[in-house]
Amino acid sequence: MSSWTWFHRLASPPSFFRLADRLAPWLGWIALALLAYGWINGLFFAPEDYQQKDAYRIIYVHVPAAALSLSLYVGMAVAGFVALVWRMKLAESALIAIAPVGASFTALALVTGMLWGKPMWGAYWVWDARLTSELVLLFLYFGVIGLWQAFEDPRAAARACALLAVVGVINVPIVKYSVDWWNSLHQGSTILKMGKPSITAAMAWPLFASVIGSYLFAGYVILRRLQNELLQREAGTAWVRELMGKSRV
Amino acid sequence: MGGYGLYVWGSFGCGLAVLAWNALSPRLARRALMRQMTESE
Amino acid sequence: MNVILAVLTRELRLALRSRMDWLLPLLFFVMVVMLFGLGARPNDPVLAGFAPSILWVGALLSMLLTLDRLFRADYEDGTLEQLCLAEAPLTLTVAAKLTAHWLLTGLPLVLLAAPLAVALQLPAAGLPALVLGLALGTPVLSFVGGFAAALTVALPRAGLLLPLLVLPLLAPVLIFGAGAVRAALGGLDAAAPLYFLAAVLVLCITLVPWAAAAALRNAFE
Repeated sequence: MSSWTWFHRLASPPSFFRLADRLAPWLGWIALALLAYGWINGLFFAPEDYQQKDAYRIIYVHVPAAALSLSLYVGMAVAGFVALVWRMKLAESALIAIAPVGASFTALALVTGMLWGKPMWGAYWVWDARLTSELVLLFLYFGVIGLWQAFEDPRAAARACALLAVVGVINVPIVKYSVDWWNSLHQGSTILKMGKPSITAAMAWPLFASVIGSYLFAGYVILRRLQNELLQREAGTAWVRELMGKSRV
Repeated sequence: MGGYGLYVWGSFGCGLAVLAWNALSPRLARRALMRQMTESE
Repeated sequence: MNVILAVLTRELRLALRSRMDWLLPLLFFVMVVMLFGLGARPNDPVLAGFAPSILWVGALLSMLLTLDRLFRADYEDGTLEQLCLAEAPLTLTVAAKLTAHWLLTGLPLVLLAAPLAVALQLPAAGLPALVLGLALGTPVLSFVGGFAAALTVALPRAGLLLPLLVLPLLAPVLIFGAGAVRAALGGLDAAAPLYFLAAVLVLCITLVPWAAAAALRNAFE
């Protein structure tokens, strides 16, 4: 059992709080550097696409946001599962910390998808399979956030949200499949297919950097939100008092 | 931006706004939390 | 099995006493369809094209009306706490309650859908797919809706939250249900979406009672 002590120590709020304090600045600065590299190169130095011209540059915002929206939902559900099975307080707080971050990136993926759709498809909103499932995902996030805000007791709220997130994540592939099927039902539509650009290194590296940067950035924000959750929950305990004593000096 | 400026800059602007909100909101929340806790003590 | 039967008979007996509880959603369903008819031009043929979507959304919304009451009465009078503490597994009790809910709200909606579809001038080719789809889909609405109702049972204003929790989860059911009707109307095979609805139903019957039971226990901790 001794091999598990490190895990228990890590999962205890004060030591996790200190770990997060040490880790977060690194994550934040590396994320910022990668995002700056990716976006500046993507905007100004990557060559223009032969089909979509400059409009393709939206990819540097859209793809990281879309990838994050799904990963964060899965992450939230994993945290929920851990919270339900092992009754781990840290996982409960993690779930609550992830939800608003995920919702914001889902909204970003939707808005940039629409801004990309206007020049490419000729309309801001097309009932395209991917856009539609992203919209359902946004509502799933709103459900978790709404449920969290409706409860007064944070533990009951976190466990309810955990159940909803786990059921929701089972639902995500069903939504994806159903929307794909629904979209294939009317084949006559003349939606301009997004040409898969043969991506060159000058285009790919900034994209790669902005995806990794966004993930690290999300990690940074989640750590900071988690710290706030822990402070709120453990208010009045010895370690929080000690911490506040330090911050006042 | 070859006529696509509105869409490209709009997207990056929205991206920046989301990043800024994400970076600032936990910071403000922390500050409010600290103030609240010192007052209640 | 005895647990299920006991809970079922209790629920049905209670429903006999308060008829309005399960008649009102049916009236609501009819009214939604009527309002769609009134909102369109008289005898507009376009309405028939929207009939699958109107009927499915109508059924969804009428089920939504009943969810808030699903566990609330039992929660308020203490029955639910007894059920949580009872020897019989809560999962089975919940499954029985949800089945009773479907018998009282879902099944009448399925039966009502055919005449309403005729009123909307849905071609006869679409009728079997509509009724079969609703027969497979409304239990999913009962089960998923019951899960959301269990999550919010302790909340005073759950009614506002329920649609937000339930509707995104039910998007695939609507897509396959209404899609099956459109496929049948278009002369395509409606079997694939119906099979998918059946698969979703099986998944719901096996998983949701556990999740709903956990949600109810959470309300008492």
